[in-house]
Order: sequence, then C-alpha cells, then structure tokens
Amino acid sequence: MSSDGVDNNRRRFLSAATVVVGAVGVSAVAVPFLKTWSPSARARSAGAPVEFNISKMEPGQQVIVKWRGKPVWIVRRDTNILATLSSVESELSDPSSDASIQPEYAKNEVRSIKPEYLVVEGVCTHLGCSPTYQPEVVAGFQGFFCPCHGSKFDFAGRVYSGVPAPTNLPVPPYYYVSNDVIRIGEDGAA
Amino acid sequence: MSNDNTDKGLLGWVDERFPLTKLWEEHISKYYAPKNFNFWYFFGSLNLLVLILQIVTGIFLTMHYKPDGAQAFISVEHIMRDVDWGWLIRYLHSTGASAFFVVVYLHMFRGLMYGSYQKPRELIWVFGMFIFLALMAEAFMGYLLPWGQMSFWGAQVIISLFGAIPIIGDDLTLWIRGDFVISDATLNRFFALHVIAVPLVLIMLVVMHIIALHEVGSNNPEGIEIKKHKDVNGVPLDGIPFHPYYTVKDIVGVVSFLILFCGVVFFMPEMGGYFLEHANFIPANPFKTPEHIAPVWYFTPFYAILRAVPHKLSGVLAMFGAIAVLFVLPWLDRGKVHSIRYRANSFKWLLAMLVISFIGLGYLGALPPTELRTFFARVFSLGYFGFFLGIWWISKNEKTKPVPERIL
Amino acid sequence: MKKTLIVMIGFLLPVMGFAAGGGASFPSDDITIDWDDKASMQRGARTFVNYCMSCHEASYSRYNRVGADLEIDDAQVSENLIFTTDKNGDKTKVGALMTNSMGADYASEAFGIIPPDLSLIARSRGVDWLYNYLRAFYVDESRPFGMNNGVFDKVGMPHVLADLQGYQVPKMAMKVDANGDQIEAIVGFDIVKPGALSKSEFDQTIYDLVGFLDYVSEPYRQTRQNVGTGVIIFLFLFLILAYFLKKEFWKDIN
Repeated sequence: MSSDGVDNNRRRFLSAATVVVGAVGVSAVAVPFLKTWSPSARARSAGAPVEFNISKMEPGQQVIVKWRGKPVWIVRRDTNILATLSSVESELSDPSSDASIQPEYAKNEVRSIKPEYLVVEGVCTHLGCSPTYQPEVVAGFQGFFCPCHGSKFDFAGRVYSGVPAPTNLPVPPYYYVSNDVIRIGEDGAA
Repeated sequence: MSNDNTDKGLLGWVDERFPLTKLWEEHISKYYAPKNFNFWYFFGSLNLLVLILQIVTGIFLTMHYKPDGAQAFISVEHIMRDVDWGWLIRYLHSTGASAFFVVVYLHMFRGLMYGSYQKPRELIWVFGMFIFLALMAEAFMGYLLPWGQMSFWGAQVIISLFGAIPIIGDDLTLWIRGDFVISDATLNRFFALHVIAVPLVLIMLVVMHIIALHEVGSNNPEGIEIKKHKDVNGVPLDGIPFHPYYTVKDIVGVVSFLILFCGVVFFMPEMGGYFLEHANFIPANPFKTPEHIAPVWYFTPFYAILRAVPHKLSGVLAMFGAIAVLFVLPWLDRGKVHSIRYRANSFKWLLAMLVISFIGLGYLGALPPTELRTFFARVFSLGYFGFFLGIWWISKNEKTKPVPERIL
Repeated sequence: MKKTLIVMIGFLLPVMGFAAGGGASFPSDDITIDWDDKASMQRGARTFVNYCMSCHEASYSRYNRVGADLEIDDAQVSENLIFTTDKNGDKTKVGALMTNSMGADYASEAFGIIPPDLSLIARSRGVDWLYNYLRAFYVDESRPFGMNNGVFDKVGMPHVLADLQGYQVPKMAMKVDANGDQIEAIVGFDIVKPGALSKSEFDQTIYDLVGFLDYVSEPYRQTRQNVGTGVIIFLFLFLILAYFLKKEFWKDIN
C-alpha cells in the first residue's frame, strides 16, 4: 500500500459526491415511507362531505353530525339566543374571530352563513374534548361548556376570556345545497 | 465531567463510557480483510442490505395489515390501492423475500467454493445455517399472511408434513394450526412469529455470524489465511482495512444489486408468477384447492426432494435431512485445502453436480409431478445428497494442487 | 462445467417443458392491453358496470380512483358509472368501493356459488384467458343456462353478453393434444342467432372490458413503471459515481 500519486482532491470530491448523492437517494426513499401515514383513500372517502337536512330542526335544538369522525354541531338559534351574542361580547377573548379558524363567509358576528343556523366543530380548542350544549342558564352560564377543563363558549362558539381554550371553536367549510340542506366539508361553488 | 477528556471532545466522552471507537475500529476501519475478494464476496453485505430492507418495509406493512382471517386479504389490497405508496412498500417486501433467498443461496455457494466452512470457520457456517433455517421459517410464515389461495394451501401442505411424525403427528399439526384447518388462529400466531419472534432470532444470529467472522477473519478466493503473514504492527500483509476499501467496493455491489432489484420491483413484481403467484390473487378458500400448488420458488428444491420419496415419513425426513446435512458439512469435508482453485478435480465435479441437482430440483419442484419428472427428481435428489457423501469420500486422500503462501 | 450445465438443461427442457398449445381450449388468442388508450378503458368500465356488476363486484376499487385514472371527472363518474345506492338509500358516493347489493345468500341460491370479485381477476387469470373466455360461450342445451364455454368447460356463469354477441355453436374437428393423443376439439364457432354487434365490434367490446379489468387489477401500474424509470436512471448515475470512487481508492492496492 502506498499513497504515492494519490490525488487527495479527487478522492475528497468523489467521496463527498457519493455521500451527497447517496443521501439524496435515501431521502427520496424515505418520502414514500412517510407518505404511507397520510390519510388513505379509505379515510378520505369516509371523511367525504356530509349533507344534513335542517328543515325539521326545532328552535334552540342542537344536532350532532359526524364529519371526518369529528362531531359537527348544527344549532338552530332563535332570536333570544341570537340576542345574547352581542351582550356577552365584552367577556370574550376573540369576539371578532381574528385569531380563530373559520371560512371567510363565517367570519362575522354570528359566525355562520345564515344567522339562524350555527355550524361549528364541537371540539374544544384547548385539548380536544367535546363541550356540552347548555341552552338554558345553569350556574350563571349558557352556551357551550367544556367539562374537561371548564372552557366556555358563547352561542357562536366564541371563547370567553380567562378560560384555558385559546381560540373560538372552528367552523368547518359548508354551504347550503338548497334552502334546507347543508353540505358540510366543502366550500360552495366559488 | 472530568478534566482528562475535555480535549477529546464528545467522542472521547462517549468512548470512556461506551466502546464506540473500539467497535468501529474492530469491525470496520481496522478490520483487515483479504485484498483479493471477488464478485462472490458482495453477497454478505447484500444480505445485510436485504435484511434491513425487509425489516423496514415489514414494519410499515404492519401499520396497515390486519392479521384477521376475514380482513387479511382485503387489507393487503387496501395497502396496494388505498394507502399512498402502499404498493411500493408491499412490492419491496415481496420482492425482497425472493431477493433474500437469491442472495443467501449465492452467499452459501461462495462458502462451498472457497471452503469458508472449513476450520477455523465451522461456527460461522453453523450460525449461517441457523440463519438459513430461520429465514425459511420467516418466509414460510410470511407467505401465509396475504391470505390468498397459495398462502392457504401452501401452509396446509407444509403443516401437514408434521403429521408424518409417528404417534404425535396429528396432535402436533392440530396444535400448530390451533384449529382443525388453517384458520384465523393460525394466521394470528404466524403473524406474531413473522413480525416479532423470528426477526429477533434472525438479527441475533446475524450478529453472532459477524462476530464469529471478525474473530477468525475472512476467508478469500485463494482459501489461505492472511493472518499467517503480518507486518511489525501485527497487520496482515495481504489484508486491507474494510473501510474505506471494501465499503467503497460494496457500494458498487449494492447499487448494482439495487438496479436489478428495482427492475423487478417496478417492472415485473410478479416475476411471471414466481415471486407473486397468480393463484394468490384469489382469497383463501378452504373448500377449493387450486389446480396446481407449488411452494414459492426458493422452497421448490426441498419440495422436490419431498415428492421424490414415495413414502410420507421418509419423504419428510429426506427433505429435512437435505437441510440438516448442510449443518455438518464442516465435519464431512476432511480436506485441508479450502479453495476450489487448489482442490482436486473430483471436488469440482461434485460441486457442479450439486449445483445442477439443486437447480434441477428447484425447477421440478415448481411443476406438477409426472412419472418422468419424478424420475429426474430422484436422480437429482441422489445428486444432492451425493455431494455430501462424495465430499466425505474424496477429501480423505484428495490430490490437491500446491497452495500459495501469499495472495499475489 | 458450465458446458455440462447447459447441456443438461438443454436436454431437460423438452422433457419438462411448458407443453404449450394443442389444448382443447378455444379460442386462444393473445392480446396486449394498451394502457394509454383511456377511451378504450372508459368503454370497458361502462361495460363492466352495466353487464358485470349486477352479479360481480370490484370491491377493492373505488369509483373516484377509476375516474381519476381513466380521466373521467367525479360528476361523470356519478352519472355514467354508478347505478347503486348506499345503505341510507342515497346514490353511492364516488369515493365508495365498487360493490353491488347482491347478498352472498342470494348469490349462493341463484348460482350455486358466490360470483367472484373481479378486482384481481386479470392478475389471477391473465388478460389472454379473459379475452378468450368471454368470447367462447356457445349453445349447449345440456347445461343449466343452456350455454357452455370453449375455454371454461361446464362454466357456471350465464352468457350475459348474448344480446351483444348473439348465439354461436362450435365447429368440431380432430386435433392432437399435448400428450400426442387425438381428441375432438373446438376449432371455430358459427353464429346461429346474431346479436346487436358484429364479430369485430364484439371483439373490441371484450378487448375494452378486459382492458378495464387489467387496469382495475393493478390501477397503479403506470405510476409504478414511471417511478421505476426514474429510480433506475438515478441508480445508474449513482453507479457511475460509485465506480469511480471505488477505482480511486483501489489505486492504493494495485
């Protein structure tokens, strides 16, 4: 073994090039492996948009629709309930929903397309529990109350100040297919 | 932290607590391998590559596969169609199984050619045979999991082999299956063994195989000991450090192998029905045996030996004997010369006979038996066992050629 | 030694060979599916949902995947390919699996067996077999449905495409089979009652259908081959680099 006439630059260049190309190859192989964790076609199919007919809902009634395995609430708000929205505004942490998740068409005071019907994901923005609907005043509070850590939301899903939940309940994309049918999971024809 | 190693950095700190540098030097950078490794010496590192590939793809498959008689077949198609890139992971794993045996058989053939099983490497060979055995168990149990017709009936036939054992045979098969037929219970236990138990054993055996190898040092195509001639530092004169010389060489081997391997994975994953059998695209049906069942190609040589013997128990014994005899090869071969290059012509003829018999048996084992084929299967079976008998015979007073002292 | 091996194998091949041809099966044409001919596969998909799916399923395949791969948008998939309803009574969604509503019990009663799922039939049978089988139904009053098949003797499936193909009877002749024996075998068919399609139109319909079955057996095949081409090219480039790296280091040894 002799190191006479060894071109160290060439050797270093070839080594570095092999390492780099090899690393590119290994990273490229990692991609399909990681992608197998994405929702499968089955999960995507099960999470497809759902439709719900609201014509039979009573004033004040809440129904829970399953979309992507999550509870989505539809609440028919009567005028009394709607009236509470402006009166509690001073106690809210994000009354105009600037820091919260909702489609543009639901970024308003009532957080919905039609004020009468609230569509909101029933998943607390704190740690993912599902709050309970409290239509009447109980212990000085009405709205949505999270049993896990005591977060409170008003009838538009807006979070109160001084509770653990950081933002308002998210509003999923939805639109009215007809007067009576709501399609949850996609935006209406743009 | 003491002051002594502040100048040695992180590596020094680790080395005082874990022999990292020592391990690296012993097994890689100061492991001196003979400088004359040829083509046949690629297959060791390729085995390691395929083992890792099978473990990684296997882990990802278990994330989507369901070991349940009612869902197994569906879950495999779910992987192939619904899971992003699932088809790739599955084809890598199914092709990897066959590639493993290709590489293992060539690796074993290398050992036969250059006498790598002879003293002082008997244990390396024996560990290797245990790896081979574990690999066959792994492949057999893995093949049940897709729950297709061939999975089901292949397992049915192989498990029934144990029924040939006198007295306890029937109870034993019942116990292995956990049911009166191959069923959900069988599938579940095979799954557990395939994904956890056997891989653990395999990895342990591979570590032992490599430790034993690095203890005595690698054989080489000349079949001579490089440790006989060392320089003043104790470094074998005909040895070169594994790293960088054999790492850069093995990269060439690995990439060449991957080209062939990916050629199969991406362009012929069924390999004409040999890697993925056509009947295995039909879900397992306990009421209907496919017209022709044959094991996957890597078992066909042993299957042909089984069929060549017209008696159930003897056939089973012959088949297991064909594997068992490999274990004692280091003691059957009484020769002192390792490499085929310096052994008598009779050895070369014997080895040729073994190769032809093995390939012939493999070919016949994949076909339905006819009278003529059974005749040839018997001839080849004799040829297979004849090798072991013959090597014991000829190695007593073998007329060998003079062996050089050094590697040129 | 190598010569011995070659001679041995050369000697064995005819002995053990894949005695092909000369069987009793008719017809035995070979086809190659053109995976780029999406129009053909679309026609095949329509034939499949109209004629096959009342009894068979392709239960590992999803409508919207078929749509995406065969270049049909979801609305058209829903309109042209989906004729079933889900368990709520609504029209089956495009993301659903291609199943039918025929229960296993009903199937067993009507046909004696459950019609096999066809998602993978092209991989277990092969496209040539399917192409021949689907054109080989002939009139045979001794059979329960009045039909037999030149490729699949005593087949349990009725001739669903009879209104397209018409009815045919076999022409028999003596033939030499694989074992060298003389046997009477089908060598052709005569149409006794024409169907809606000519022979060439019907052959095309079957080709389209088999093309669809081939597609649905491995919908990712084209992706697989495209990715594979890229992978192999990358590996060849890497091989060149690795070769020069090895050569550079091994200058020390030689």
